[in-house]
Amino acid sequence: MKQALQTIQKTALQLLDAAENETVLEELRVRFLGKKGELTLILKQMGGLSAEERPIIGGLANEIRTEIDTAIRAKSKALIAATLNARIGEETIDITLPGNKILQGKRHPFQQVLDELMEIFLGMGFDIKEGPEIEFDHYNFEMLNMPPSHPARDTQDTFYITENILLRTQTSPMQIRTMEVQKPPIRIICPGRVYRSDAVDATHSPLFHQIEGLVVDTDITFSDLKGTLEAFIKKLYGDDTKVRFRPHHFPYTEPSAEMDMSCFKCGGKGCSLCKGEGWIEILGCGMVHPKVLENCGIDPEVYSGFAFGVGLERIAMMRYGIDDMRLLYENDLRFLRQF
Amino acid sequence: MILPLSWVRDYADITTTPDKFAELMTMSGSKVEGFECLADEIKNVVIGKILSLEKHPDSDHLWICSVDIGTDAPTIIVTGAQNLKVGDLCPAALDNSRLPGGVKIRKGKLRGVESNGMLCSLGELKLTINDFPNCTEDGIMTLDTDVAVGTNAAIALGLDDVAVEFEITPNRPDCLSVLGLAREAAATYGVPFTAPTPKLPTGEGDIADMLKVSINTDICSRYVGAAIKNVKVKPSPQWLRQRLRLAGVRPINNIVDITNYVMLEYGQPMHAFDYSYVKGQSITVRPATNDEKITTLDGVERTLSSDMCVIADDNAAIAVAGVMGGEFSGIYDTTNTVIFESACFNGPSVRVTAKKLGMRTESSGRYEKGLNPENCLPAITRAIELIRELDAGDIVNGVIDIYPAPRKERSIPLRPEVINKLLGTSVTEDEMIKILLPLGFIVNKNADGTNSVVVPSERFDVERDCDIAEEVCRFIGYNKIPSTIMRGVATARPTPRQIFHKKIINALIGYGFYECETFSFYGKKSWDSINLPENDPLRNAIIISNPLGEDTSIMRTTALPSLLEVVARNYNARADEVAIFENATEYIPSATEDTLPQENEKIIISAYGKNYDYASIKGVVEKLLYTAGISNAEYVINAEGTSYHPGRTADIMLGDVKIGMLGEIHPTVLSNYSIKPRTYAADINFDLLFEHSRESVQFKPLPRHPATTRDLAIICTEDIAAAQLVKCIEKGAGKLLESLTLFDVYRGDNIESGKKSLAYSLVLRTAEKTLTDEEADTVVKKVLKNLAEIGAQLRS
Repeated sequence: MKQALQTIQKTALQLLDAAENETVLEELRVRFLGKKGELTLILKQMGGLSAEERPIIGGLANEIRTEIDTAIRAKSKALIAATLNARIGEETIDITLPGNKILQGKRHPFQQVLDELMEIFLGMGFDIKEGPEIEFDHYNFEMLNMPPSHPARDTQDTFYITENILLRTQTSPMQIRTMEVQKPPIRIICPGRVYRSDAVDATHSPLFHQIEGLVVDTDITFSDLKGTLEAFIKKLYGDDTKVRFRPHHFPYTEPSAEMDMSCFKCGGKGCSLCKGEGWIEILGCGMVHPKVLENCGIDPEVYSGFAFGVGLERIAMMRYGIDDMRLLYENDLRFLRQF
Repeated sequence: MILPLSWVRDYADITTTPDKFAELMTMSGSKVEGFECLADEIKNVVIGKILSLEKHPDSDHLWICSVDIGTDAPTIIVTGAQNLKVGDLCPAALDNSRLPGGVKIRKGKLRGVESNGMLCSLGELKLTINDFPNCTEDGIMTLDTDVAVGTNAAIALGLDDVAVEFEITPNRPDCLSVLGLAREAAATYGVPFTAPTPKLPTGEGDIADMLKVSINTDICSRYVGAAIKNVKVKPSPQWLRQRLRLAGVRPINNIVDITNYVMLEYGQPMHAFDYSYVKGQSITVRPATNDEKITTLDGVERTLSSDMCVIADDNAAIAVAGVMGGEFSGIYDTTNTVIFESACFNGPSVRVTAKKLGMRTESSGRYEKGLNPENCLPAITRAIELIRELDAGDIVNGVIDIYPAPRKERSIPLRPEVINKLLGTSVTEDEMIKILLPLGFIVNKNADGTNSVVVPSERFDVERDCDIAEEVCRFIGYNKIPSTIMRGVATARPTPRQIFHKKIINALIGYGFYECETFSFYGKKSWDSINLPENDPLRNAIIISNPLGEDTSIMRTTALPSLLEVVARNYNARADEVAIFENATEYIPSATEDTLPQENEKIIISAYGKNYDYASIKGVVEKLLYTAGISNAEYVINAEGTSYHPGRTADIMLGDVKIGMLGEIHPTVLSNYSIKPRTYAADINFDLLFEHSRESVQFKPLPRHPATTRDLAIICTEDIAAAQLVKCIEKGAGKLLESLTLFDVYRGDNIESGKKSLAYSLVLRTAEKTLTDEEADTVVKKVLKNLAEIGAQLRS
């Protein structure tokens, strides 16, 4: 009997080793370890053994059962691993093939700039005001200290609808509309389309975009204007950016200034972008003219303020190195995709 | 305003380089646009003397010149000019020299004869006959003065002066003059400004015996006249022509040049006219009569109106005040007696006149900005002084000066504390006064110890504290003022509309659409291109009264043409696929002319290409409405439109409110734009979208019971819309219907022609329990009953 057991052990282990797949393995399990399996049959004959032999043969039989069982499990694991490996091998792909195209549009380049500016000014406590593009002369000029005969009107060639209604030449009318209904403190920016009768060319457009800002409060100073606009430009172009202010004239501010920033391309050394000057003109600004405050019912002896205006196209064109303003309004997808 | 630097130095002793001058003047408020010096462009050009002229052996027009250029041996230069003779002095560009415009001259051989340079004509030195009237335009420039040979020609010809171009802001018409800028320059450099003090020379006779002047209009605040007899009309001297040339004014003759010189120096337009044409020896400044005619100096007959002002003699108008003289009043060689006019006219009136007549002149441009009547007398005095200096005629004693209401000086309190508060500075009163005095302000001490400043008469712009603050600020230096952070905490946040706006724009970008920006105006043709009917209310638009052109004259009432133009442009650029949108404003006129129009904000989408058809554009619209939290939209066929395909267009309805439309663009419209592929568009009113949007999101518990699904293939005739079937299903299934999805549309075999099969998957669920099959079947029965009522059946 012992011999028979050892034969089973040997045969089983040999066959297991040769098993090629799970089906064969299962057949072998049934053949040797099943209810009617060879090992079970042997064990059933144990009744004929002596009391001394029984535990010895029984022990041996159990040892062999455990051995075969372990061998089956090991073989099974090996077979699964082999199958998986084979599958992985077959499934290898060319991972350098391009990805699928995901549809994705883009914001217009100067809207991207506008978004950024609005974020910066919101962070500095400026609310955003929007207003009509077709405006009364009253708001666009008169309230801004530009009566009908004012020579400064000549510098803003205006599209008129009627004698009193025009296409706004600046977003400043919104400053007036705001001051008429809101008491200081006021901190607002007004973005939007503005119109001047300039024929279209590489640097001119009859329609462009502006952001104007207005601050009115007690004790607002020219120093505050400088500090605020300096902080703004550093947020937009980085902390290393330098600014300078030059005297200028606007009818609605006094004193008035233009702000230049150090050229972001050459860092102020002088290059083609800044025409060798090292400075780039970036915005106009000034202390709100007391007549403008008075026009809006705000006492200039108590309150003061500053205002500024930035051209969006100019900033976008400089930022992206766009050399022709017309591209912004042609909306060629080959252009729009670049931003 | 172009300023010759040497002219400034007559009145302010500044030593500077042009770069430094430009920078300092810009930073003190007189912006320099650039500067130019002809001498900088001329190198190695010297004055040479023709020693001999010899015909070139191999040419019938070339001359071989032996030229003394101050070296030991003469230089040989070949020229093709025919005007030279031995002894002439002329500019000689030597080997390796440079001429204006970047021209390089090198020695070379001309038909075998070595030429060591080039003898120069006026044009080659960027000069004209007006600058050197004794030269010829056809040939080599020759000098009529004695200059040592070998002298640098640029200096000998006086081309080394620097012309500085300023951008003068409208508040400073006083700086449209040499004197105004010289005062600024003196203040900038901290040197004294030596104002000229012209004196009337004594002459013969009395002007009062020659001329009577009266002012008959308040448009003229002052009129000063003077007379010169026996004028000798001839070219001005070189120095004067030189300055005029640099300032961009063409020299003509001594009389005209003097008026221009004084205009540049004082900023005061001067007019000279021939006394013999003044009828009745009297001049009246009066309003023009309606339809009064005058032929101006430029030979054009002008029709005047009563809001204009003329200078008239007893007979007729002889000049349009402040704009241009009449044709007979010019100065010619035959002129014997000249009247100088130095007058002041009201700016706005001159502006309107010049605009109406369509003739802006140097003179009108200056009057428009507002001139100082106090300047009239000094300016004319200076002109008479120049007559004497140039020996241009015999001066008649006296001037006529009609000045009905002399200007009152303006005095304003000097309030250092107010100025410092505005600037954020702590400048002392003394420092302020030190800034103001050189600018011509006079400071007076008041009885209470405070100071007042008298504003110089030319400074119309200085009225109150802030104006004084600007003077202080610009001479302290804008960049020396400290930069501070505003005190106080301000909080700002975008409005709900602004937040919603951003959400919608970002959503569209996420769906693959590119944002566009198009012009707000177009022409009538744009309406024609989208087949807008002649009587369509959208053809009632805001019209620009002074447009750039017909095609930019109308404020758009629909932005569809703007977008289709972009589509067409991209189609022409061979784009396979276009997906664009614009957040466009449309302008709808209001009922009355004196109220502002309505400005509607729209979202206009357009697309073509393999990814786009009606269903995909509708998908975008549905998704956009979903983003806006709108779930009750209905799509109603719009077969009326002329811009869209009548069979493929839907109005987007929220109850009774149409918030937009979408569909395929009409084939005719596409052909108008030469767009070949089927193109789709949607047009959504942003304000209505915002108004109907729902922000709030409410959590719903996850279902605890499984759903029951029933798939129904429904057959109906083609005229029944899917939306009708959906209504029947929704009505029949009621609250149990969790979702409804169309998963197949079929026409063809096994289906009667003229019919279609739509297969829907109904997901039924209730939160309380799992539905039984019977319950689900009951739902289906109800649905089928509803469907049957409209003639739709289950596909067997």
